[in-house]
Amino acid sequence: MHIVVCMKQVPDSGQIRVHPVTNTIMRQGVPTIINPYDLFALEQALQLRDKLGGTITMLTMGPQMAEDSLRKAMAFGADRAVLLTDRFFAGSDTLATSFALATAIRKVGDTWGKPDIVFTGKQTIDGDTAQVGPGIAKRLDLHQLTYVAKIAEIDLAGRSITVERRAEGGVQVLRTQLPCLITMLEGTNSIRRGSMADTLRAARAEVVKWSAADAGIEDLTKCGLRGSPTVVKRVFAPTAREEKAHLIDTTGLGTDQIAQALMTEVLTRVPAIEGDLQRAAASY
Amino acid sequence: MSSDAKPAPAAGGRAGMKKELPEHFKAYKHVWVFVELEGNEVHPVSWELLGAGRQLADKLGVDLAAVVMAAPGIPARRAVAESFAYGADLAYLVEDPVLQHYRNDPYTKVFTHLVNTYKPEILLLGATTLGRDLAGSVATTLLTGLTADSTELAVDADGSLAATRPTFGGSLLCTIYTLNFRPQMATVRPRVMPMPERQEGRIGRVIEVKADLVEEDIVTKVLSFIPDRNSKTANLTYADIVVAGGLGLQSAENYQHVKNLAKVLCAEYGGSRPLVQKGWIEADRQIGQTGKTIRPKLYIAAGISGAIQHRVGVEGADLIVAINTDKNAQIFDFAHLGVVGDATRILPALTDAFRARFAVNRLAS
Ligand SMILES: Cc1cc2nc3c(=O)[nH]c(=O)nc-3n(C[C@H](O)[C@H](O)[C@H](O)COP(=O)(O)OP(=O)(O)OC[C@H]3O[C@@H](n4cnc5c(N)ncnc54)[C@H](O)[C@@H]3O)c2cc1C
Ligand SMILES: Nc1ncnc2c1ncn2[C@@H]1O[C@H](COP(=O)(O)O)[C@@H](O)[C@H]1O
Repeated sequence: MHIVVCMKQVPDSGQIRVHPVTNTIMRQGVPTIINPYDLFALEQALQLRDKLGGTITMLTMGPQMAEDSLRKAMAFGADRAVLLTDRFFAGSDTLATSFALATAIRKVGDTWGKPDIVFTGKQTIDGDTAQVGPGIAKRLDLHQLTYVAKIAEIDLAGRSITVERRAEGGVQVLRTQLPCLITMLEGTNSIRRGSMADTLRAARAEVVKWSAADAGIEDLTKCGLRGSPTVVKRVFAPTAREEKAHLIDTTGLGTDQIAQALMTEVLTRVPAIEGDLQRAAASY
Repeated sequence: MSSDAKPAPAAGGRAGMKKELPEHFKAYKHVWVFVELEGNEVHPVSWELLGAGRQLADKLGVDLAAVVMAAPGIPARRAVAESFAYGADLAYLVEDPVLQHYRNDPYTKVFTHLVNTYKPEILLLGATTLGRDLAGSVATTLLTGLTADSTELAVDADGSLAATRPTFGGSLLCTIYTLNFRPQMATVRPRVMPMPERQEGRIGRVIEVKADLVEEDIVTKVLSFIPDRNSKTANLTYADIVVAGGLGLQSAENYQHVKNLAKVLCAEYGGSRPLVQKGWIEADRQIGQTGKTIRPKLYIAAGISGAIQHRVGVEGADLIVAINTDKNAQIFDFAHLGVVGDATRILPALTDAFRARFAVNRLAS
């Protein structure tokens, strides 16, 4: 079985600061991490390989430094890694990203065998759209399984796969045919510690680097800014609320009196809830 | 655009791009809202979107259409009627047994067919698991732009859709345009837009469209659907009152105070992201940018600092009450009402106060 995992290196957005005057992102010194959602996908891929054998190819589109993340993925146990890197990809939105990744996955298939499953994370923490997965599926004509919480069954001989998918208001149990694309839900597992052997291998292993041309992309107008239908026109900081919270004066009050004061204030400001709660209390 | 443009982040860089809408896109008119029907019920986000869509359509002077896809039957007809009550001028109705449960393949096929035939200018979907699954496929098939999780929708002076969404982990907002492609697509999370007024008796035009689908052609099968009401998952999104805790509670045991207050208030309980990471609460009780967006009448946040990622999920609440030991905590910047104090002591006292109040009222009534 051949599994491709799409993984992105992202800035650790918890540590991003916004310049208070210019409203621009201060990226200097912000560490990069593997998009946390992609690790759920990688761990799921590793578990499938443990059970069914096969190989895992990691794929990232990003700058040269994304090599670090790919090496880390190999230390977790992935077999090989491909970095798709080219200045033509700069400024890609989700449509351009899914075009580049889909073309590269085709090339991965030509080089190491057609993938049975392509995994992506549910979403990235920087782009945060959850669109790239469905985009790749559509472009490669793969059966699309999003928000997968669990892979219930794979029948390699019959080429079928059964998953539990988080739907609105419930869980959908879906069966489809391989090859398919799965976007993995968070909280499904947590990434293993890499073995010593894998850590050593990852340090030495080659990260395959492809330019747009290497990946077989002929039409560069579908890449980067030019291939992106969406345009970001304005970036700005959220406006603060005019007035701050009204703080209840607690001087000299005990805890119970504070609670009384708070309750009274709440019921004055949202009178509607009193009726709701009375009805609810009556039905206890 | 020169091809060696700097690897610009999502921000800036493209601001100079001009609008040159190709001729064949000029026929694209009207605003559409996808009405999400699953398990015979319409997801309320669809009505919220009709409310938002109504404003866009009025500004543009065009029609607002609802798109309903479902198995033939009463729920589909009811969804159409309700769409009119919530502001739609017309509805495209596609009924086919194949559309019984949501599946990407048939829904994408039908939807793209509708778009190519009737040419909407703006297309809105809920940012639910269904809406996101569908929107990504439809946009890729149509090769158009899609703005995910918009928090604000507006039309510009020249009639373009301006979709604003949080970016960079919520620290900033950005406004995104789809200048040279149609339709312009956006998803919006449940509870981000207010629920519009329901207008009883309002009617509209129904355009029925054939799906031309055969079950045998569809590879993916739904084996079963396990509804959440059989389990104990939270329904924070549409709760009237939500009580939440943060790291300030200091321990999983102290989180019990949040649950106790929630119980007395018939409220849902939730929390900030670190509580999920610590395992104090389930993932579906996380509130904020990467959790649930809520819009309750009353939100009580105890021991929550009010980071921007949390704030964006609760800003729509009518009354935000914060309890925090730090008078400079960010949460007081956007809460309406606050108490500077120890939540582990105030929560139990508040629980007692409310319990006593309703016990008295119950005796009186
Ligand atoms: C990409 C990204 C997405 C994120 N998404 C979310 C999200 O969806 N939701 C979310 O909540 N967070 C999210 N976060 C995390 C967010 O940035 C904050 O780290 C988080 O909200 C902080 O949680 P907290 O307020 O519980 O903890 P803290 O920030 O540690 O705050 C604890 C607060 O409790 C107060 N306190 C201490 N003791 C007491 C006491 N006895 N009584 C009362 N108050 C007390 C303190 O003064 C402090 O203000 C996200 C972060 C990133 C990077
Ligand atoms: N540049 C990229 N390189 C590799 N995978 C990506 C890239 N961008 C997005 N993905 C994958 O697509 C998923 C969804 O991303 P997004 O649509 O940005 O939220 C991620 O979890 C990744 O698995």
